[in-house]
Amino acid sequence: MDRKEEGLFKKAGTGIANFFKWIGTDIKEIGVTFAEGDWKTRVSYLIMGFGSIMRKSFARGIGFLVIEIAFIYYLVSFGWDYMKDIGTLGTIGEHKEEVLTKAGPMKVTVYGDNSFLILLYGLLTIIFIVFFIFVWRLNVRENRKEELLLKEGKKIPTTKEDLSSLLDANIDKTLLALPVLGIFVFTVLPIIFMICVAFTNYDYNHQAPAKLFTWVGFDNFSQLFSFGSNGFGGTFFKVLGWTLVWAFFATFLNYFIGMAVAILINKKGIKLKKLWRTILVMTIAIPQFVSLLYVSKMFANDGLINSYLMKWGWISSTIPFWTNPTLARITIIVINLWIGIPYMMLIATGLLMNIPADLYESARIDGANAFQMFFKITLPYMLFVTGPFLLTQFTGNLNNFNVIYLLSGGGPKSMKLSGSAGSTDLLVTWLYKMTVTDTNYRMAAVIGIMVFAVTAIVSLGVYNLLPSVKDEEGFQ
Amino acid sequence: MAKEPKLHKQHKKLGNAIAYIVLVLISIIWLFPFVCIVLQSFRSYDTELGGMVDYLVPKHFSLDNYKWLFSGDSQFVRWYLNTLIIALCVAVLQTIIVLCVSYALSRTRFRMRRALMNTWLILGMFPGFLTMICLYFLLKQFHLTQEGAIPGLILIAVASCGMGYYVCKGFFDTIPKSLDEAARIDGASKMRIFLTMIIPLSKPIVIYTALTAFIAPWCDYIFASYVAFGYSDSYNVAVALYRWVNTSDYQGFLPDSVPGACWWQFLSRFCLWHCSGIM
Repeated sequence: MDRKEEGLFKKAGTGIANFFKWIGTDIKEIGVTFAEGDWKTRVSYLIMGFGSIMRKSFARGIGFLVIEIAFIYYLVSFGWDYMKDIGTLGTIGEHKEEVLTKAGPMKVTVYGDNSFLILLYGLLTIIFIVFFIFVWRLNVRENRKEELLLKEGKKIPTTKEDLSSLLDANIDKTLLALPVLGIFVFTVLPIIFMICVAFTNYDYNHQAPAKLFTWVGFDNFSQLFSFGSNGFGGTFFKVLGWTLVWAFFATFLNYFIGMAVAILINKKGIKLKKLWRTILVMTIAIPQFVSLLYVSKMFANDGLINSYLMKWGWISSTIPFWTNPTLARITIIVINLWIGIPYMMLIATGLLMNIPADLYESARIDGANAFQMFFKITLPYMLFVTGPFLLTQFTGNLNNFNVIYLLSGGGPKSMKLSGSAGSTDLLVTWLYKMTVTDTNYRMAAVIGIMVFAVTAIVSLGVYNLLPSVKDEEGFQ
Repeated sequence: MAKEPKLHKQHKKLGNAIAYIVLVLISIIWLFPFVCIVLQSFRSYDTELGGMVDYLVPKHFSLDNYKWLFSGDSQFVRWYLNTLIIALCVAVLQTIIVLCVSYALSRTRFRMRRALMNTWLILGMFPGFLTMICLYFLLKQFHLTQEGAIPGLILIAVASCGMGYYVCKGFFDTIPKSLDEAARIDGASKMRIFLTMIIPLSKPIVIYTALTAFIAPWCDYIFASYVAFGYSDSYNVAVALYRWVNTSDYQGFLPDSVPGACWWQFLSRFCLWHCSGIM
């Protein structure tokens, strides 16, 4: 482990060193281009694409020029207004202003700065600036390339060639442009925004646009880990603990019982195999959404299960499936079996049929019994093949919002837990409650980062331990 | 020596009997909620209580719930159409985007390719709800909330779907590269290879991608309810169902139509699963 960590640090070290080296050579190259370049190239340092246009490579030149004009227009007309305030996230709060109306001067309440907008557009502007610098560098490199080509007496690709290369040599740019843009606007930007929110005091007391919020450094993180009366520490570790316990049981119980059911149906001498499978798969066919809601009502205090048990006289008072914390947790894990086993059964059925039959044959000749065959052949094979699947199941269960939210809604609530968390809340459902019910965005952002950390640690940590990763040829 | 096979046979019979008992028990447990839902949907809201009751078989069978569901009062038809539109658009657009991304990542080698894939992997580890308020706000800037919730939901679903390229790229990786090379020698451009060779060869994965994309919007409750907030014309089926089950105003008789609604969903999903060859 030590050696591994050492290796990791070394890797990071060389990575950083390479980065600075790369910046160094890049700056040098920019200088060389300027010193050795002709006047067209030098003008291009200010007016992007000028050199390319003068050298009759119109598509590229005009592209660069348009980007520069659009960027400057954006910055002047829109971006700068927001970016200049990003250090404070706005200073002018809601205030009264005198407005002249027909009846005379009147005091009217007006919104001041909108911290939300300042943060969002400020970030956007910063990202645009970085992007612009990158494009500017491309522009310089392009000039250099063209000059060298001309010096060697070669021709610069024409506009037509440029455009047709977008369908051939440069097809990756054509195909990826739109998806990358979409992911940038609707995933990357919001995630960066929320990470920033984790360092502000944006919550119910500081709702934009009426109120301002501002940077508070690591206050939210220290609140999350503090065990005082105001801290979230106790709740956080309880929720985290339950999240891990839940993910463990939900993954492995489903896995083993699902596999057992598949083996049972595959057993020699069992007839109507298709019927049994179809009955199980029926539950997949009803949307999880509906079946979960219905089952949750069935187990309620006035639900079908309790009222039948009462009618038959098996119990005298209702079983508190959803109001007793421990019972609620067990109920959720059991109901999750109801959902998960059919999936696992389907997957296991396919895989079990793939195990070479001669393995069993030779084991039987050697006198192995059914249990030995299961533990020596079936289980190792299954674990090998389904290792990555188990890992994704586990991380999926860490973030299994639907099952918890639709069954118990995170309840039962407890006075001992802060942030309106309930006993069966996972980190994600807690995050959801923070966002929608409590509008405590700052803590929601912090918890989101924690969820990310847990997921990343689990997946990276376990991934390298998987048998199929360590030894890819193990079952060849 | 002669007795052993008989004993063995008896042993086997006992084993099979136990297996059958277990299978029947499993079937009952798995079918029970399902049967409940179906039976409840035939309970009339005129003569019996809605919601949860302590008996299973309705006292009078009636089709009132179904009639009500498809009459003008319930808006159900509208919500169903909303969901259908979202699902169709998402299925088409998402398939196109996923195919493009997978092809680019599988067949072309460009600088930053590894970096791009790693970044997307890391982005995928952030919980989806984290960015909900920010997305809501972005949509609001484009007037795609409340009245415009349907195009808004389509946009959100399609915008980030490029990150789900794993299965499709895995499939493309298994198509031999020698095919591409042969086509290159014959002078085909990469775009042409993609459109006329790779896509026809990967029908199963196209169907798989389209189906998974089609199914997702039917269960999308959280984001759909957040974006359509309070504007009932933009609800999708999931939002409507959740409201029926949980809103106290409707506690009287509406929950009874939930099973009716889900019966419909069940049919459509059943067809899908059937087509995809699961059963």
